[in-house]
Amino acid sequence: MAAFILRRVVQTLLVLLVMSFVIYALIGLMPGDPVDMMIAGNPGATPEVVAALRKIYGADQPLMVRYWHWLSDALRGDFGFSRTHSQPVLEVLAPALWQTCQLMIGSFVVSVILSFALGIVAALRPGGWVDGLISLCAFAGISVPVFWLALMMILVFAVELHWFPASGIANVGDGGLRDRLMHLVMPITTLALANTGAFIRYVRASMIEVMRMDHVRTARAKGAGEGRVVLIHAFRNALIPVVTIMALSFGVLFNGALLTETMFAQPGMGKMIYDSIQGNDYNLALVGLLFATLVTLLSNLAADLAYGWLDPRIALA
Amino acid sequence: MSATTDTEIVAPRTEAAVGVWRLRWRRFRGHAGGMAALVVLVLLVLFTLAAWPMQHFLGIDPNATDLFARFEPPGPVHWLGTDDAGRDVLVRLMVGGQMSLLVGLLATVIGGVLGLFIGIVAGYFGGRVDAVLMRFTDGMIALPLLPLLIVFGAIDLTKLGFSQDFARSGAAGFWRIIIIIAIVDWTAIARLVRAATLAIKERDYVRSAKASGAGAGYVMASHILPNVATPIIVAFTLTVGRVILLESVLSFLGFGIVPPTPSWGNMLNNAQELVTTAPALAVYPGLLIFITVIAVNFLGDGLQHAFDPRSQR
Repeated sequence: MAAFILRRVVQTLLVLLVMSFVIYALIGLMPGDPVDMMIAGNPGATPEVVAALRKIYGADQPLMVRYWHWLSDALRGDFGFSRTHSQPVLEVLAPALWQTCQLMIGSFVVSVILSFALGIVAALRPGGWVDGLISLCAFAGISVPVFWLALMMILVFAVELHWFPASGIANVGDGGLRDRLMHLVMPITTLALANTGAFIRYVRASMIEVMRMDHVRTARAKGAGEGRVVLIHAFRNALIPVVTIMALSFGVLFNGALLTETMFAQPGMGKMIYDSIQGNDYNLALVGLLFATLVTLLSNLAADLAYGWLDPRIALA
Repeated sequence: MSATTDTEIVAPRTEAAVGVWRLRWRRFRGHAGGMAALVVLVLLVLFTLAAWPMQHFLGIDPNATDLFARFEPPGPVHWLGTDDAGRDVLVRLMVGGQMSLLVGLLATVIGGVLGLFIGIVAGYFGGRVDAVLMRFTDGMIALPLLPLLIVFGAIDLTKLGFSQDFARSGAAGFWRIIIIIAIVDWTAIARLVRAATLAIKERDYVRSAKASGAGAGYVMASHILPNVATPIIVAFTLTVGRVILLESVLSFLGFGIVPPTPSWGNMLNNAQELVTTAPALAVYPGLLIFITVIAVNFLGDGLQHAFDPRSQR
């Protein structure tokens, strides 16, 4: 087990290293370079000055050299300065991360609860009208464009009904717990609804499969009540593949978070990445993307470990 | 399709080939959701194609702006009214639909071919080739898709050696979004094809082809490819739905189809302001995306049901 974890951790780090280079190279292909940004507001910059600046900041060096400099700085904890925020990158990152954690964990919990409840109910009578209705909702959840769902939520609950604020994280001059929670309701609901569709399908499929198994029939034959059969005998076994897939979908959740944050103007990781790419904030975009990759890789790692932990029959080799 | 079920072995080969597809069609017809989806999709395609008669016979240009006729309500000239630049909403929805559907299909085809190639090669050769290709595939799956696509969308094409004129043209925007989506969305098909190839390559007819001296390329093209087609049709369908969603997201964020060319995604570009001034404009394009993708997903479900003899309803 320890050897397995170690190997997977080393693998994860390697992928992260490779990705850091790929992302660095991609960012280099975005319009302009840091020196262009510096002189953008300065019509007096002569070509000589520009060349000198390029030399000072190393923008004239080949890609590999620049990457090496960035990497050695990064390993010492120096990720550079954010152009648009005029702050060190890490100081911009930390609050954004906290914001995204609230959104992602909140909606993850909501969609897990919803999908377990609906998925199990649908699996009790596959093909029945309840199942049909739940499956239709699940399909709707998979098929809806998240940003449009957010738009419709704003239209209905903010513009028409005035129940919830349309954007931001707190009202000016308020910022109490209730105020902050009110601002989180719509983003969390939107993201949760978009995710629940896929989750319901996993839970339903897994439950239907398990309900056909011998041990479920045995439990029924021995006189266990239907509730006990479903929740204890079937659900426990159906959980294994479902948990893995749910952990794996954390990356997809991040895609959704990017859109929800952008739509509801929440200053989280997703919006930060989007804004930094739009604003040619290279250092911030680079670290943001790398961090997003890390989160996805870690969730994959967690999925692998959860698999072995939930089902001792699986030997982790 | 060649022998895959027991009945075919008994029946003469050519008739059996027809029989499988007829059987599948019959099973598909019995799937209410799939049939409804098919009808909806045909109607949607007809709707987008109606842009042509609308443009030519009613003389409505989807890109013609008229700042004196902004936010006009639905009327005899503009059936669904006009948008914030005075352009006809209905015709833009039709043309935008063509864009969205075309991007969905083309990106899926290109990504599908890529996935097919990687999957067959990995499955057929196995060993080291398989390990490298599948680790690569796993790596791709592990990436944060949307942020990466945004970076791809922001890339300055002139830095890749394209001319200034091309980089600014509408064609560049169109092909860029197709290529970048195809680059990231081939993994599901690759894995599926690999699994199918692994099963097929041990069959007797493949072995006998190899024994008679057929090269790897020939075996892959004429024995394996036709037999992995069936399982990937469903995956292909589901990919189209996902790609249409991705296109709409990227165009909405401003990294996809570039205005004035409409797409369902970029028609929502300034929808955040529209929700207060002209909510209908924020509703239509998204609703069409929603209907299209849900229909595509139901179609996939129906095909799955039709192709999988074990599936019961």
